[in-house]
Amino acid sequence: MTVFWSLVRRDLVLTLRQGGGAGMALGFFLTVLVLLPLGIGPDLNFLQRLAPGALWITLLLSVLLSTDRIFAPDYEDGSLELMTMGPMPLELVALAKSVAHWLGTGLPLAILAPGLGVLLNLDTLLFGPIMLAMVLGSLALSLLACLGAAVTVGLRRGGMIISLLILPLYVPVLIFGVAATNSVTGVPELFGPSMLILTAISLASLVLAPIAAAAAVRAHMT
Amino acid sequence: MQAYANPARFNALALSVLPWCAGITVLLFAVGLYYSLVVAPQDYQQGETVRIMFIHVPAAWMALACYSVMALASAVAIIWRHPLADVAAKTAAPIGACFTFLALFTGSLWGKPMWGTWWVWDARLTSVFVLFLLYLGYIAIWQAIEEPARAARLAAIVALVGFINVPIIKYSVEWWNSLHQPASVLRADGPAIHSSILTPLLIMAGAYTMLFLTLHLIAMRTEIMKRRIHNMEQAEVQG
Amino acid sequence: MFSGLSFTVAQGEGLLLEGPNGTGKTSLLRILAGFGAIEQGALELKGADEELTIGQRAHYLGHQNALKLALSVEENLTFWANFMGQSVSSSTIADHLGAFNLESLSSYSAGLLSAGQKRRLALSRLELVSRPIWLLDEPSVGLDTASCALLADAMSRHMAAGGLLIASTHTDLGLTFKNKVNLGDLGGRAT
Repeated sequence: MTVFWSLVRRDLVLTLRQGGGAGMALGFFLTVLVLLPLGIGPDLNFLQRLAPGALWITLLLSVLLSTDRIFAPDYEDGSLELMTMGPMPLELVALAKSVAHWLGTGLPLAILAPGLGVLLNLDTLLFGPIMLAMVLGSLALSLLACLGAAVTVGLRRGGMIISLLILPLYVPVLIFGVAATNSVTGVPELFGPSMLILTAISLASLVLAPIAAAAAVRAHMT
Repeated sequence: MQAYANPARFNALALSVLPWCAGITVLLFAVGLYYSLVVAPQDYQQGETVRIMFIHVPAAWMALACYSVMALASAVAIIWRHPLADVAAKTAAPIGACFTFLALFTGSLWGKPMWGTWWVWDARLTSVFVLFLLYLGYIAIWQAIEEPARAARLAAIVALVGFINVPIIKYSVEWWNSLHQPASVLRADGPAIHSSILTPLLIMAGAYTMLFLTLHLIAMRTEIMKRRIHNMEQAEVQG
Repeated sequence: MFSGLSFTVAQGEGLLLEGPNGTGKTSLLRILAGFGAIEQGALELKGADEELTIGQRAHYLGHQNALKLALSVEENLTFWANFMGQSVSSSTIADHLGAFNLESLSSYSAGLLSAGQKRRLALSRLELVSRPIWLLDEPSVGLDTASCALLADAMSRHMAAGGLLIASTHTDLGLTFKNKVNLGDLGGRAT
């Protein structure tokens, strides 16, 4: 377990020192939020209806943007090779990297992003639910991001390929995240089930994504 | 100008000027806040809420002024390669970003009772928001590039390109119709607001300017020291 | 890349891989470490824990140093020790840095180091976590004469303690290797 956390801690320290984590992602989040009303128009009622979906899509894009640095630096400086030689299976290496990505980028974004709903005139009733849903959903987002990063590590144009690979996998999170959020003002009975499905997606990703990511890293190493 | 190019001389000068700057800042804020919060009359439409304007308007001015300082310093850095210029540009950015954030935040506080919502996408708010993003991008460039000389060049280009946005903000009120108050202080036919409001506003603007000067001097000194430490470490490590 | 290669390395022995560039020294070391497969033949590690691969019993030092420039010298070493399953005190770290004359730099960021210092930092990892096999690919790249001597000391300490060592190097480190394989003679050629 100490091996696991030593990797989580290192990745977090590197994210903080190099400033590529939540701060950069939040900047991107803000930028997209400015573009939306510019493109759609400043009508507040219209923006309010759009807000939950827009915030969720922006969250997906912001998480996606920070993914290419999950494995690439370790691949480039030879660290990833050494990681395959350690006592910890690669599955746990991938899990540790996902957890670090979640703690450093996904979770701060999920906590801060709903507050930015103010800019889209988000219904005040929705701030709590959307944050809860985003915290739960962002875990799945980070795990799948890690999988995408593992598949594309060392590829030229990896960034483009990651988007193609990962965004389709984000569809369930988007659907049930928005469903959970909208249910508060729409059909309140849907809130519980949507949150449960969101949790299930995160838990399933927790088990499956690191296995797939480890297989991908192994394929790159041989 | 060249006489102060030497960072050591700049540091000595800054140290002797700093206490005065800080003192004047405190004094201006004390007077300005007293006039804004106590002496100035309530607005017949906005009530006490109008007092937010004394915090908000100078912050918005400073948001623009800081960016201008940054762009000017960047231009000097590019054209004359003045060693202090890129330090000045780099350190102005976080301060400017804070003023911009303050302007946006207080604008939002003011908007809630006025418009019934925290945020409205009118032309001026939007362009100040874009200015905030320009600051963030500029800061990110400095963070992303390790080598100071290269970072300085690229950041200067980013700052100058972004500077095009500053006049757009200033004249955005005339370019787009908006919910926001039309510009009222700088008009050809003289200020449209009463002197009981204008006086505290100008004092606060002075206070903000001095605050910027003080913070900027401190930040520049810190940055120079940081670079010196980095160089010393480098020299020590590689002997 | 090459065929007909056969060698045995016993406890406390070294194997020197020789041959011109492009004959597959790096490939062979990488295969031993577990990065890459052999088409025909087998690798066997006798008397070892069956559960572990050769890679998990070995240290591999390739062309890259696996250092994080944003971490300090000490943080880099501590991380690799912890990652390899060993908790270390800072005095242990200092000792191992001392073996490569880096102890005075432990709190500096690794990004400040010169190429040779980075290589020495990577080398100090080898003895920090004890593993019976060392796979070293051109370990002396970027090192000055004094540092090469430190490397040679570390290598002979490892063999004296019963460790196996397989290395490729073009620098004469003043060590005597019991076994030598010249990959150039085995039809190894650039592909």
